[in-house]
Amino acid sequence: MSGTQGITGFQLLWWVILPYLALTTFVIGHVWRYRYDQFGWTSRSTELQEKKLLKWGSPIFHYATFGAIAGHVIGILIPESWTHAVGIPENYYHWFSAAAGTAAAVGIVVGIGFLAYRRLFVPRVRATTSAVDWLTLILLAIVIALGIAETVGVNLLGSAYDYRQSVALWFRGLFVANPDVRAIANAPLLYQVHATAAWAILIVWPFSRLVHAWSYPVWYLWRPFVVYRSRVAAHPNEPGTSGRRWRSIGTRY
Amino acid sequence: MRIMAQVCMVMNIDKCIGCHTCSVTCKQTWTNRPGTEYVYFNNVETKPGLGYPARYEDQEQWKGGWELDRKGRLRLRGGSRLRRLASIFYNPDLPTIDEYHDPFTYDYDRLITAPAGTKSPSVSARSALTGRDMVPSWGANWEDDLAGAPARALHDPNIEAMSEKVKLDFESVFMFYLPRICEHCLNPSCVASCPSGAMYKREEDGIVLVDQDRCRGWRFCVSGCPYKKVYFNHRTGKAEKCTLCFPRIEAGLPTICSETCPGRLRYLGLMLYDADAVMAAAATPDAEDLYEAQRDVFLDPNDPEVAAAAEAQGIPHDWVVAAQRSPTYALIMRHRVALPLHPEYRTMPMVWYIPPLSPVADAATAVGYEENADVIFGAIDTLRIPLEYLANLFTAGRISPVRDALRRLALVRTVMRANQLGQHPDVDLSDVGLTEDDAEDLFRLLAIARYEDRYVIPPAHAEQAGRLLAQHAQTGCSLDTDGGPGMGGTEDDGSGVESFHLNRRDSDDVAVAGRDATGRLHLLVNETPATGGAL
Ligand code: HEM
Ligand code: SF4
Ligand code: SF4
Repeated sequence: MSGTQGITGFQLLWWVILPYLALTTFVIGHVWRYRYDQFGWTSRSTELQEKKLLKWGSPIFHYATFGAIAGHVIGILIPESWTHAVGIPENYYHWFSAAAGTAAAVGIVVGIGFLAYRRLFVPRVRATTSAVDWLTLILLAIVIALGIAETVGVNLLGSAYDYRQSVALWFRGLFVANPDVRAIANAPLLYQVHATAAWAILIVWPFSRLVHAWSYPVWYLWRPFVVYRSRVAAHPNEPGTSGRRWRSIGTRY
Repeated sequence: MRIMAQVCMVMNIDKCIGCHTCSVTCKQTWTNRPGTEYVYFNNVETKPGLGYPARYEDQEQWKGGWELDRKGRLRLRGGSRLRRLASIFYNPDLPTIDEYHDPFTYDYDRLITAPAGTKSPSVSARSALTGRDMVPSWGANWEDDLAGAPARALHDPNIEAMSEKVKLDFESVFMFYLPRICEHCLNPSCVASCPSGAMYKREEDGIVLVDQDRCRGWRFCVSGCPYKKVYFNHRTGKAEKCTLCFPRIEAGLPTICSETCPGRLRYLGLMLYDADAVMAAAATPDAEDLYEAQRDVFLDPNDPEVAAAAEAQGIPHDWVVAAQRSPTYALIMRHRVALPLHPEYRTMPMVWYIPPLSPVADAATAVGYEENADVIFGAIDTLRIPLEYLANLFTAGRISPVRDALRRLALVRTVMRANQLGQHPDVDLSDVGLTEDDAEDLFRLLAIARYEDRYVIPPAHAEQAGRLLAQHAQTGCSLDTDGGPGMGGTEDDGSGVESFHLNRRDSDDVAVAGRDATGRLHLLVNETPATGGAL
């Protein structure tokens, strides 16, 4: 690990151990949930209860979220040197990211406004909300609020902090086992809390309704319309003989 | 020719007394648990009326079933696959709970624990969704016996589809009951609408099911079904539907709704059909031809070539024999008295109906006529309102098949009645295309058929038993949660088809804290029962 000098134990814990813990939970949690809780794996739609507000809230929120996720991929995962190499000037990049980011931010705010309103104030929807739902939604709200403060407050209107030279280096470093702890430790508090809440979401993700995001059924586009299943087709393997599957003890066929 | 077998139901509407026993027993068996309070796999509607969910037959609004595009090709009314994937975040065609009804219960405790006093204690309705007080204003059976008909029945889509003149004649009122379950269609639009591929049609018997483990709650099946017979469980976030009581069918037993019908109006039997011909038949250009087109898809099991081909293609011998004895085949194909419900949805439904003669016969006797064939024939032709209405229900508007079916029923009645009285009626059965034998057979089927004649269901094959169990676990698991009846196959002794035992587990042995009775986790189920006052 490069340059561990001058890093406190707390910083190590917070900016290295916590992220790895979160990533591990994220991966193992998903594997576990997928294996053991197929029945709970759903978008948990509340459209049956309320659809007038959902009509606006859900599509706007989701499309804007995809925009924001794309923005993170471009801004954090793609190194600045690459965009320079293909000849995109820093100034140009900055304005593009600020404008697109602001558009996504507005979408997310509007979308989540509708969604939060119905979840809080429409009794039928509110009654469906489980504890893990509340936790997920609160964490999402925190990440989103801070993310918007960064995009609009700092990047568009403020002093334009160059996160690509700091936060991004630390983040990418995590994936090559070489995180630049000092970069994040010296970043403004706004960015630090945003990043921390994001790790928290990753920890909660596999245990919440957010798993629905992985089930986007693209292959619907080319499968036959009417699905037939034979009563005999899914002859299950004896436990332990298939090699590819493992199942909980006590599950019988 | 690809021969497939399908369990098919026929209901004789004339015998329905509107007692709702079928709805109640089905509910007790399958949907008596939180999340499905509003769900009736079997419901009985009074027609004319809006139905359940309200105006479900208006496909302009709800976009269920199939339609033909400009080139005459079949496509889902709900739009292309791409459109569905793009609108996955919000399904524009989904009914809300208000179209079904806000399910409610009562705080019965207050009645029991009220202190002694002069006033009788009373309770108000409480929403099962929110736990709050509410005023019921619509329900699965709000229109029982034409209740509220003056205000609402004219908005029945089948009435709206009638000509102007007929509308004004509505004073000459008529009514009948229409029991409805899932049609287990040959061309199911629910299955085609499910982006996850969680819904499927069983190859062996055609039963349409939802795999609870693969359903992701995208809720397109609900809007895709024109009969609105897929329901969204608002607690589990998964779709559920009539199972045709498959554990019973596999054991050779009739469905619960059939078994418990006091009028004994339901028939269950096999139909053999040519699966390769289904798509072309469903794409028949003129909707009025769809009834005949679907009949053409069915194969005659008594034809030795068909029987031999069916067995060559893997349909067991006893199934072919059962198909030959099928009461549904007799009613649909031989006697042509059973008709499909809304063939114009192009899903090729497999629950057919014998149209009610009673609105016509009642009207004829009301004006003092003897119930004889000529009079009833005359009445059938002059009573255009019920006739056109029935045609809108059963033949996409074409009058002749309905009229012919009613004539056959009327004539059999007249002949058998005269025979009983030792008279010799002056009627010619060949007018309606029946022989003496046909009339006798039809009488036997409609009037005196015994249990084993009404239900000809070959059991599933024992050699498939262990494998069947895997499917029970997939579809049945939702029933194990939330106070479900606990059908789950996983604790079974492994003996397969015999796996359903009515009393095999105390149904009070239920899920607590999101963990169902089999120990399976369900992270997203809200632990507090909504009726317990989640707020
Ligand atoms: C390809 C991906 C995705 C699909 C197809 C999808 C689809 C859906 C659907 C169908 C619902 C239910 C709406 C209803 O009530 O009927 C939903 C809800 C939700 N989704 Fe997604 N989603 C996706 C990705 C995401 C992502 C990436 C996030 C966030 C990071 C997300 C967050 C949420 C939230 C928070 C809700 C609950 C909204 C509410 O009712 O309060 N989704 N999604
Ligand atoms: S009636 Fe049944 S099989 Fe037909 S589309 Fe509806 S749910 Fe599917
Ligand atoms: S077949 Fe079974 S599940 Fe379907 S409506 Fe009848 S009783 Fe209910």
